[in-house]
Amino acid sequence: MGHDGTGPDLAPGIDGRDGTGVGAGHGATGHGRGLHVLVIEDEPNISEAIRFILRRDGWAVTVLDSGERAMATIQQARPDLVILDVMLPGVSGFDVLRAIRADGVVRDLPVIMLTAKGQAAARDLARDSGASLFMAKPFANAELLAAVRQLAGV
Amino acid sequence: MTLNVLIPAALGYVVFLFVIASLAERQAERLRQIGRRPRLLRSPLVYTLSLSVYCTAWTFYGAVGYAVRSGLEFITIYLGPTLVFVGWWWLLRKLVRIGKAQRVTSIADLISARYGKSNLVGVIVTLLAVVATTPYIALQLQSIALSFGAFAADEVLAPRQLAMWVAAGLAVFTILFGTRNLDANEQHHGVVTAIAVEAVVKLVALLAVGVWVVWGLADGPADIMARVAANDRPDWAIQPGRWMGLIFLAGVAILTLPRMFQVMVVENADETHLATASWAFPLYLMAMSLFVLPIAVAGMDNMPAGSNPDLYVLTLPHSLGQNGLAMLAFLGGFSAATSMVIIASIALATMVSNHIVVPLWLARRPHAAGGMRVAGDMRGLVLNARRLSIGVILGLGYVYFAISGGSRALAAIGLISFAGMAQVLPALVGALYWRGASRLGAAAGLIVGALAWLYALFLPSFGPGVVMGADLMTYGPFGIGWLRPHALFGVEGLDPLLHALFWSLALNTLVFIAVSLVSFPTPVERVQSALFVNVFDPGRDDDWRGARGWSREPAEDEAEDLLAMSQRLLGEAEAQGFFAAEAGAQGKTGFLPDPTPDFLDRLERELAGSVGAATAHAMIAQIVGGRLVTVDDLMAVASETAQIMEHSAQLEAKSEELARTARQLREANEMLQKLSVQKDSFLSQISHELRTPMTSIRAFSEILMDDEVTGEETIRYARIIHDESIRLTRLLDDLLDLSVLENGQVNLDIQEGGLNELIDRAIMASASVLPERQFTIRRQPLDEAITLKTDIGRLTQVFINVLSNARKYCDATDPEMRIGVRKRGDRVTVDFIDNGSGIPKKSQALIFEKFARLTDTHQAGGAGLGLAICREIMLNLGGDITYLPGQGGAAFRVSFPARLAARPRAA
Repeated sequence: MGHDGTGPDLAPGIDGRDGTGVGAGHGATGHGRGLHVLVIEDEPNISEAIRFILRRDGWAVTVLDSGERAMATIQQARPDLVILDVMLPGVSGFDVLRAIRADGVVRDLPVIMLTAKGQAAARDLARDSGASLFMAKPFANAELLAAVRQLAGV
Repeated sequence: MTLNVLIPAALGYVVFLFVIASLAERQAERLRQIGRRPRLLRSPLVYTLSLSVYCTAWTFYGAVGYAVRSGLEFITIYLGPTLVFVGWWWLLRKLVRIGKAQRVTSIADLISARYGKSNLVGVIVTLLAVVATTPYIALQLQSIALSFGAFAADEVLAPRQLAMWVAAGLAVFTILFGTRNLDANEQHHGVVTAIAVEAVVKLVALLAVGVWVVWGLADGPADIMARVAANDRPDWAIQPGRWMGLIFLAGVAILTLPRMFQVMVVENADETHLATASWAFPLYLMAMSLFVLPIAVAGMDNMPAGSNPDLYVLTLPHSLGQNGLAMLAFLGGFSAATSMVIIASIALATMVSNHIVVPLWLARRPHAAGGMRVAGDMRGLVLNARRLSIGVILGLGYVYFAISGGSRALAAIGLISFAGMAQVLPALVGALYWRGASRLGAAAGLIVGALAWLYALFLPSFGPGVVMGADLMTYGPFGIGWLRPHALFGVEGLDPLLHALFWSLALNTLVFIAVSLVSFPTPVERVQSALFVNVFDPGRDDDWRGARGWSREPAEDEAEDLLAMSQRLLGEAEAQGFFAAEAGAQGKTGFLPDPTPDFLDRLERELAGSVGAATAHAMIAQIVGGRLVTVDDLMAVASETAQIMEHSAQLEAKSEELARTARQLREANEMLQKLSVQKDSFLSQISHELRTPMTSIRAFSEILMDDEVTGEETIRYARIIHDESIRLTRLLDDLLDLSVLENGQVNLDIQEGGLNELIDRAIMASASVLPERQFTIRRQPLDEAITLKTDIGRLTQVFINVLSNARKYCDATDPEMRIGVRKRGDRVTVDFIDNGSGIPKKSQALIFEKFARLTDTHQAGGAGLGLAICREIMLNLGGDITYLPGQGGAAFRVSFPARLAARPRAA
């Protein structure tokens, strides 16, 4: 549910090329100022929550529910920040992260990694793979917002 | 007496046989189910009586005619087998021992198994047997037609039509009782019992006629002896050469005739029965021959000149007004004919289906190893091939009878048949006693012998001008004198039968030995020759213990294909039982043993019991192709053996024990490693499963705490929070459930209920999972009629779980679920088999572990505890749930006691 949900205050999206869902924030009214966040998360309820929080803060949000098309989407849509779940079906979050860091163009993209396992080992692995920030689930909404704002430099 | 009486009598007799055979079948089946062997049905007495299938209508009617024509010469036909049974007992024992060890299904199978499992040799023997036996079957049909005619001389008779009906009736009987199931030992309890009863009928009938002749017509033995002396004629003089030849021929026949091989070796239940038969069977033969001469003499004295002496047994009492006796004699002759036809057609049909039909079918689908996995039972194919073969063989017999006109003396056809099958002798003796005998030698010898027999005896037997022209008979082909069929190589003046017998066997043996000496046997032949020749020699056998027909290269994942293939031939329960037992012997659990050479060898022998050695070998080779034993393997085994011989037997046993322990340890270690990895991730799994719903709950409740959400959103987000809390609760419930079950503290709610309704309920409940998927469910309602006394609710929970999993994971476009139920004793097994791609072998051991989930979280929609809970429930119900490999899809077997005892599992 909610993969392609659109709010009542829909503004023109970043693009609709991948068709998985495009949301737009409150134009440039919030902190987000229309900057683009790509959320890669397979739990539809969690991704919906993140999208709602970010959109309300003025971010444009795209959601992917698996890691397979992550790189293609990043290269096309060039988001300003990526929120990436570790446990994804098929291609894992770490694989996606490594691919981003190995890419010549988007290697400096800020990436927040989310995990429900909350173990030190996963945290270390995330840091070694080049995650900009590591957050354990469940998180406080304000905490996530603060992290996004900080990493996107707004 | 008219046909109005005769035909009902014959029909009544056949019905009587049907009843005997089906009672015997039923009794054997009943005993098998309670795990006992049919002792009475398979006693030495029944074995000996079944051997009497040697005494056909030829013996019953023809011996008297033979005695009228040639005096005592008829007795040679009984002396041959008597000498073999009394004097060559050791040869018979070796034959029976090898037959058991190699699970031989026919004489063609034995020869082909010995000569490198070569189907070529099997085909040659099969064709020879068909050609040689067809006239013999025709002979039986003819004798039945004649005996009808003898009774009803004044009525309009159509012997051909009569013979056709008899052939059809016999075909039905043979198909019903000879191809009922594909017995792994190729044994037919019903048929053998019926044959034993027929043996008694024909003996009693002949003795009754004899007693009547000696004490009724004549004034006792002394009077009969005087009459015999009075009737002496020059034809009755003993010809020593012919006597020797005929005794030899009859002795060979008892070894090589397909029907004799069938009752003596294939249907043999216990080697020790042979000891009884070695004196009892000659006694039977003696009783059969006791009154032949008196009946012949009485017939010559009392019957009008020109009446057929082949029918004296019947016409003598009939013409003298002894109608009851004549009826008994008629039934005796009828039973002698039917027993021969039934056994001969079973034996031939087995050969034809195993060596011709099934190999052709396999060849039409080359490299069908993948095809082997396609669900479907090959037993149907084999059985249908047999049914068809029986029909064809009896049809051939009828055609031969219809064409040859049934005019010639009975004895001549019988001897021609004997001489044809005698061609198998050199290859058979070589198989048992000569390591150097080779496949090419056997094939060449058989072909040369068979051709010589055809040319010198069989074809000329149709009479000059039918197949061979009179010119050819007198002057030889193209005028070449030394190729005359009855005077080969210029040897003239011999009796045609002896002449043909001598030349065919001499050429056969010569070619067999010569080609064997110059040809090089294949490795499989070497292995088989050792197993055959040294079957009684345990010391020598030890040398070859390692010398199996398969090499030792390791192979991956063949076991599952082998299981799939075996199931199609042996039936699911048999094959799974065999594989599980083999895996157990290797110290493994489950259904898949390592495909070691030893295992392949035993499996091959198991299959050979159904389809013959050559086909079994070919089918296994299709799957494990390229692992046929090579010369290098044999050399390696030989040198290895030399080393092993230095160690004591005890050491050997210990090393075997060690190997088994090592295998067990390796398996346990692998399991522990996997478990430890799983235990490590257990906490992190729990953490993940708890935190995921918690994340949604926390995020949305924080959203709801802000004021900025609309009413619509409020409801929607509240519902998400609600759903996720339920998910959390369910996870906790599952965890608690599992922990209670694992500790055995669960309270079982034991009730009575029908398995049928239980499955209904489970199917209904599981239909809510992905309701849009159309699932075809195939059930066997009759098998499901079982009343259970167990925790019905818990059992239903397991079934629902298995069915729901299939709905979720079965990836076939037209998903199908087969539910098979079986009850053995008190134990019920329910198999759930879908038609998807199944579970890969490496995961099969893991799926019952906690949190083992082969796909991603959200698709599964559960925490991955379902099967772990199922297994715990089944253990609590005194049963188990296992994955069943090799079914062509994912397959789960749930087994449990139908009536649960108080507490099967210690708390």
